[in-house]
Amino acid sequence: MTVYVKGIVFENVDFDLPRCWSIDQYIQRGGYAALKKIVAEKIAPEAVIEEVKASGLRGRGGAGFPTGLKWTFLPKGYVGQKYLVCNTDEGEPGTFKDRDILAYNPHAVIEGMILAAWATGATVGYNYIHGEIFELYQQFEAAIEEARAAGFLGDNILGSSFSFQLHAHHGYGAYICGEESALLESIEGKKGQPRYKPPFPAVVGLYGKPTIINNTETFASIPWILRNSGQEFQALGKPNSGGTKLFSVSGHVNRPGNYEIPLGTPFAELLDMAGGMRGGKKLKAVIPGGSSAPVLPADIAMNLTMDFDAIAKAGSMLGSGAVIVMDETVCMVKALERLSYFYFEESCGQCTPCREGTGWLYRIVHRIEHGEGRPEDLELLASIGDNIAGRTICALGDAAVLPVRGMLKHFRDEFEYHIANKRCLVG
Amino acid sequence: MPQLLSNEARALIDREVAKYPAEHKRSAVMGALRIAQTEHRWLSEELVAEVADYLQMAPVAVYEVASFYNMYDLKPVGRYKLTVCTNLPCALSGGVTAAEYLKQKLGIGFGETTADGKFTLVEGECMGACGSAPVMLVNNHKMCASMTPDEIDKKLGELE
Amino acid sequence: MLEIEIDGKKTTVAPGSTVMDAARALGVHIPHFCYHKKLSIAASCRMCLVEVEKAPKPLPACATPVTAGMVVKTHSNAAVTAQKGVMEFLLINHPLDCPICDQGGECHLQDIAVGYGAGESRYREEKRIVPNKDLGPLITTEMTRCIHCSRCVRFTEEVAGYQELGLAHRGEHSEVMPFLGKTVNSEISGNVIDLCPVGALTSKPFRYTVRAWELSRRKSIAPHDGLGSNLIVQVKNHKVMRVLPLENEAINECWLSDRDRFSYEALNSASRATKPQVKKDGQWIETDWQSALELVAGKLKDTVAAHGRDSVAALATPNSTVEELFMLRKLMAGLGVEQVETRLRAADFRLHTAGATWLGQSIAELAQSDAVLVIGSNIRKEQPLLAQRLRQSAKRGMKLSVLNPARYDLLAPLAGELIVRPDQMVEALLTVLKAACEAAGKTAPAHIDLSSIEVCDASRSIAATLTAHSAILLGNLAAHHPRYAELHAAAAALAELSGAKLGVMSEAANTVGAQLIGAETSGNLFASPKKALILLNAEVQFDCHNATEALAAVRAADFVVALNPFADGVKDYADVILPVAPFTETSGTFVNMEGRAQSFNGVVRPLGETRPAWKVLRVLGNVLGFNGFDYESSEAIRDEALAGDIAPRLSNALKAPVAVKAQAASGLVRLGEVPLYQLDALTRRAPALQATADAAEPALRANAATLAGLSLKAGDSACAAQAGGKALLCVREDTTLPDGVIHIAGSHPLTTGLGGLFAPVTVERAG
Ligand SMILES: Cc1cc2nc3c(=O)[nH]c(=O)nc-3n(C[C@H](O)[C@H](O)[C@H](O)COP(=O)(O)O)c2cc1C
Ligand code: SF4
Ligand code: FES
Repeated sequence: MTVYVKGIVFENVDFDLPRCWSIDQYIQRGGYAALKKIVAEKIAPEAVIEEVKASGLRGRGGAGFPTGLKWTFLPKGYVGQKYLVCNTDEGEPGTFKDRDILAYNPHAVIEGMILAAWATGATVGYNYIHGEIFELYQQFEAAIEEARAAGFLGDNILGSSFSFQLHAHHGYGAYICGEESALLESIEGKKGQPRYKPPFPAVVGLYGKPTIINNTETFASIPWILRNSGQEFQALGKPNSGGTKLFSVSGHVNRPGNYEIPLGTPFAELLDMAGGMRGGKKLKAVIPGGSSAPVLPADIAMNLTMDFDAIAKAGSMLGSGAVIVMDETVCMVKALERLSYFYFEESCGQCTPCREGTGWLYRIVHRIEHGEGRPEDLELLASIGDNIAGRTICALGDAAVLPVRGMLKHFRDEFEYHIANKRCLVG
Repeated sequence: MPQLLSNEARALIDREVAKYPAEHKRSAVMGALRIAQTEHRWLSEELVAEVADYLQMAPVAVYEVASFYNMYDLKPVGRYKLTVCTNLPCALSGGVTAAEYLKQKLGIGFGETTADGKFTLVEGECMGACGSAPVMLVNNHKMCASMTPDEIDKKLGELE
Repeated sequence: MLEIEIDGKKTTVAPGSTVMDAARALGVHIPHFCYHKKLSIAASCRMCLVEVEKAPKPLPACATPVTAGMVVKTHSNAAVTAQKGVMEFLLINHPLDCPICDQGGECHLQDIAVGYGAGESRYREEKRIVPNKDLGPLITTEMTRCIHCSRCVRFTEEVAGYQELGLAHRGEHSEVMPFLGKTVNSEISGNVIDLCPVGALTSKPFRYTVRAWELSRRKSIAPHDGLGSNLIVQVKNHKVMRVLPLENEAINECWLSDRDRFSYEALNSASRATKPQVKKDGQWIETDWQSALELVAGKLKDTVAAHGRDSVAALATPNSTVEELFMLRKLMAGLGVEQVETRLRAADFRLHTAGATWLGQSIAELAQSDAVLVIGSNIRKEQPLLAQRLRQSAKRGMKLSVLNPARYDLLAPLAGELIVRPDQMVEALLTVLKAACEAAGKTAPAHIDLSSIEVCDASRSIAATLTAHSAILLGNLAAHHPRYAELHAAAAALAELSGAKLGVMSEAANTVGAQLIGAETSGNLFASPKKALILLNAEVQFDCHNATEALAAVRAADFVVALNPFADGVKDYADVILPVAPFTETSGTFVNMEGRAQSFNGVVRPLGETRPAWKVLRVLGNVLGFNGFDYESSEAIRDEALAGDIAPRLSNALKAPVAVKAQAASGLVRLGEVPLYQLDALTRRAPALQATADAAEPALRANAATLAGLSLKAGDSACAAQAGGKALLCVREDTTLPDGVIHIAGSHPLTTGLGGLFAPVTVERAG
């Protein structure tokens, strides 16, 4: 279910219309106007970047890096091939927004990428699409064809000297490819193993060339910003959290789904939109930003506003905007067991702390859940976490540790009970 | 060696190859393996070697890719491979229940194939569809949402 | 330059350097596993984490670029905590059974673990077990010990040029493996054994023979190809147990070819001769040195007296040392005999150069060339490590071209390629020469006739790569060619015209040394029959250009004395076998292809009654009553043999012009390469090398069109015939060969019935 409350990505999208994703529908909604304007008026790339900077748009892929600023990291005066890459490898448990953007409004992504290409001088782009959504990959390829046929993509866009080629690349089941440098390796036909940074992709990216990589939702926000203005976008949200955002709400709510709302909206309101707690049960905990974000107990969550700063202050992160809601029946040991299994399973395996540490974490939590916990286990979990976090090539190591830390911080008693009594505190 | 990939499959692979710079043909390896697997259901050693040959890659480099991404099957699978997501968000909304139901109904565990070779059951990781949990993927490419036991029965009935 | 401080020590380093580079320059050791100076940076083991001031987390020294004013602490609390954490992770799934591990005592992991004094493990879950892999006859696996540093994988891809190993699967399940059912076949594969920091990859022949700390290490020089790799020979109880590279950046860097690494097995082979033997009435009888030498001296003297000096000749392989060849020549001179030959696989003796032919520059200089044209060389098999060097250069942008009788895969990007029948190599080279002439608006020297030559695109583009900073190299296939003099002359003219340096890649360890002491005759020794022959290290059926002709010659001789470490190869035709020391049992000197004389000592005592050949020859001189045979040491011989600078005596320039003229191709022509592991007596007897893919039985190979023309198909049996002999062989299709070429390897028991390596051949289906 996708619900447009207030925002820009799904503005005017009629989700029930069978072909709402098509180019005709998109154009009717004002699509490609920004592109036409920029090409017709030959707006300087720097001006486009300035507008994006003014919008306060921060990356929607998880790290929340300011998008306009990222675009300026391309080597100055570089002549030669540059690439643009869209990250639709959405695989962070709890996140399911990018698939809906591809399902209902793919041309926003395409137009966003074309505009970004104009701004950055990239002439070739790829959209890396999560393996498990093959049908949307096919639909995206169809959308690319539409855009090409309409003269928005390809050589000499809209009769100008500006050219941009766009292709879809289909993943095939590896969460780690969401990490930008792993994604680049994957496009290069290799295992998706993250690269050590620096150098960052903006300097040494795809095929060793300067590359800008952004999330699907980030790109989908660009046309609106350039059609309206950066300032208007900024004004929709909060300072340092400009604009609106898609929140994927899952778990124990009555109406799980995507909600596009202004950043800074109270969590309580979002929970209401999602129909409140399923079966009238009590809220126990919320993971506010995808499975890698530390869990927050109900009392903290209920006083939270959904923006970068507030969530960070509460000790978690906005991440990709995936809100996992858990009611009082959930055993936190079991929940962590499943999350830890995920990171263990998805570790690419190249760096020692993550390859060896994620398995170790999972096995300990698994033991505790199965009544074989030992008193020293909680200290050990914390210590292993300290030996992983900050010592790995990419942030998956940290992502595996944060849920453990969150759980031990807020639900330690439940773990202790489990170890002592070899069974669950709840249920 | 007999050619395993059909000409149609080769044409599809050529389409993938065309997306990338000529000197980076290997970029098409993921697409090529997907196309090969779709045609042959699973990636045998010979098929991997043929893809390697077609893309002028070292076979072990193709094998690295095929074994890294978990939607590729390096062992035979049933006519229908059913992948059920059991990750936390899905589990909260019946993912594990759906998986248990399938196990019991098909009489197989994760990673197993029914005796008639019809179904293989696989535990999946997040498919980016947690809002429609429980989700089940059929043969890697067809996503089925809200798979309650009733829906599962209906779906299994449709699969021939 | 950037200033950096590491552990309180300051230094300046070039921009782009990593913290690891800077630390190495300062002599600060940072523990590491995945980092290797010759491989790309993986930054994956995380062992090298160090504290960098102002950085919020520890950074990997191997991958962190130095920035101005950086302050690094490699032993601070933060650094050591991080390193210990990584160490713990590496050990949780590692079997802690060092006492039974083959790497025990020389394990990087063990060394570092000891340094960190890990107490009892906090890991109490089940340890991972990883199935072993079959990597072939040279490398054993113990995959559970693997720490995923990926050095071996990167080596095959980056250094050996073809990814034979991969890290398949993901996360904790990832495993180093070759492609299903494949083994590792690179000619330099053994280096992964050295690269593996733990006991996951170890030497199969060496495995479990002895513990590392029981071995003593002695330096030596590789006796096979012309590179002159530096060796560490490890011995126990006067037996060679293992050979490792001794790092010498100018020559072998830190690598070793498999031939140099594993040929030592032959030293301990059962076919070693341990006592002098004489043949009496067709029976071999062991005897003492004195009697044997007296017999030999008498026979030689009598033969010269009875039949004249031209009736005696000496043949030595170019793997013989400077000292041996010098003494051989001196002994022959005492007898009045001039004929001492080391160019046993040559067929063309028309060439006369102003000095000893050589690489034309140092190996290191060659690697810096802008362009290299290789003429007549299956370089990966002839000079495995030089090929590796050129591959690295080609990856950095050097333009590498080849002119060859087969499309050998150099596993390197090629700028140009001319693949022609062996009997058209001169003609192909002339097209390049003509293209160069045209481009430069110059004419070729008068002795080279370009009138019938037609320039093609390939020759034009190859000619265009050759500049003053380039090189033209002649390989073994050129040196063994029946028109070598013409190839050399045309290459010299091309070098002259383009400013490129002409080089000859010597076939064997002492090819240059042999020339320096003049161990060459004016022509084919077998052209006239010999009454007595002296063979030094030579097994004529394998070491000569024309096996049939050579065998006929030794059989026709009245007296053949073989100085050889092995008895089995010469038994058929020798009358006396004198067991002489292989390179590990004598001191000696080899002069490598770049003209560098490298002396070495014996590393073990000679086996049985084996004696160094130089000593045997000295005593023979004494027995014969010659003057000047009282050298005390091999050094004394060397100092006389190589007196003065070597450099002025090296030259590839023609002393006299050689007429070069195009000839037409006709019929089927043989391509008789010497296989990698048939080069010399040692490699031919190394069991592990003989079990590799490179040692597969020679077949009759031809391309599909040629096979079709002969009504043959792969798998058939066929009989190949050349002047004087035949061989029955299995037929294989080989797409790398030009039309009309029949590839039949030489120097192999299956093909000793054949004639010249590049001579016409006829083929008939057998059976
Ligand atoms: C383990 C891991 C998984 C990630 N997965 C995703 C993902 O699925 N989608 C995404 O857009 N970014 C993901 N990221 C973040 C990307 O690396 C990158 O920061 C992002 O694509 C940049 O786009 P943005 O600036 O528009 O957010 C992931 C990062 C890590 C470390
Ligand atoms: S942290 Fe994990 S996923 Fe990231 S590079 Fe290291 S092993 Fe791979
Ligand atoms: S040596 Fe630096 S990470 Fe391995």
